[in-house]
Amino acid sequence: MPEHEADTTHSTPAREVGDFLRRRREQIAQRWADEPLFRTVFTVSRDEAVDAGRVIVDALAQVADAQRIEDPDAAGFTGVREQLARMGAARSRAGLSTTQVSSELAALLPPVENLLVADLEQEDSERRRECAIALSVLMGTLRLVTMQTALSENQALIDRQRLQLLEVATPVIKLWDGIVAVPLIGTLDSARSQVVMETLLDAVVDQHARFAILDITGVPTVDSLVAQHLMKTVAAARLMGAECVVSGIRPAIAQTIVHLGLDLGTVKTRASLADALGYCLNELGANIVNAPAEGAVRR
Amino acid sequence: MDTAADVEARLPIRSDMDLAWVRQHVRQAATRVGFGLVDQTKLVTAASELARNTLVHGGGGVLETTRVTAADGTAGLRLTFSDEGPGIPDLERALSDGYTSGDGLGMGLGGSRRLVHDFEVDSTPGAGTTVRVTSWVSRPVRPRGGG
Repeated sequence: MPEHEADTTHSTPAREVGDFLRRRREQIAQRWADEPLFRTVFTVSRDEAVDAGRVIVDALAQVADAQRIEDPDAAGFTGVREQLARMGAARSRAGLSTTQVSSELAALLPPVENLLVADLEQEDSERRRECAIALSVLMGTLRLVTMQTALSENQALIDRQRLQLLEVATPVIKLWDGIVAVPLIGTLDSARSQVVMETLLDAVVDQHARFAILDITGVPTVDSLVAQHLMKTVAAARLMGAECVVSGIRPAIAQTIVHLGLDLGTVKTRASLADALGYCLNELGANIVNAPAEGAVRR
Repeated sequence: MDTAADVEARLPIRSDMDLAWVRQHVRQAATRVGFGLVDQTKLVTAASELARNTLVHGGGGVLETTRVTAADGTAGLRLTFSDEGPGIPDLERALSDGYTSGDGLGMGLGGSRRLVHDFEVDSTPGAGTTVRVTSWVSRPVRPRGGG
């Protein structure tokens, strides 16, 4: 069966690229070590950069052998994913944009392509073309894997930070026996205001609070949804026997609330946290008097 | 009447996170145009209401911000919210205070109209809604009659 024999001597372009990568592993790693991406990430020694290059060439060869040059989820990439992410992250930290990192990755192709063309000089031009395309597809997939990994790391970081914000920004502070305060900071979306309401109601129970002050000095925008959340929180606290005072309403916010047509008439409000505390103390029957001035006659 | 410069920015409105970004962006743009603190706060609040409408009722959309200059040289900022949602069947009712098709306070659309100088709604039932608002630097908001 001559046809079949011809098929086995002529393996697929992907396999041929895999063979080529293993054959030229050392040269490719050496050339890559001189490229900006490797030179700037592995600054300690050149050997380190060459080592990293070898690992990536091995991974690429494995992917090519498996005939999965277009698949970013190919098993061969698993081992180098972390290293690629580290390299991408290092370049981002150095101030490069995603596009710049991506073009540095693209710059890894020409040195390998030159080696491939030189290697396949004996082959006919059609075969050379096929192998060059296979190689460039494979390198494109490598680029995709690196960018994908970097993006998913960023997403994970953002998710972690969002969770941290939810927790950090809602402390309940005891100001006096029976008086608690919540300084609200930033955007009061539905998730945040749910956390605020829960922590406030818990504090009302724990501290036997009769007064709760919601300070919105740190809330930049009070729109109808924020107002609605505030009113719900106030109503819930009232059901538990605590009176709520909203403080920290800045002049610009006050004017906006009026124009927007929001009716906060059912909510007790004060301009500053100090005013609100004064009001609560007064209602509790605690009188605070200023110390006598210097030189005044002491009794 | 006025000359509009090119669209300065296009922001997607697809999630709660985008709303926060809309507020920040409008605040920065208003500062650059030269709005005072009160006018800035009003415009940002109107943007917050309208962007939420776009998200909740329109199923998401985009905001375009444009710097505009009036014939007398006054600088202003125009915000265009557009969605491809179900549209507003009864505009008159939607603009009245206290009417809501969701579970909000029903102050968003009517309230935003009072926070800006110019307010236009263009809504086609079944095809989407475009709300265009413009505010001008240091020009008092005209008091609107009850209607």
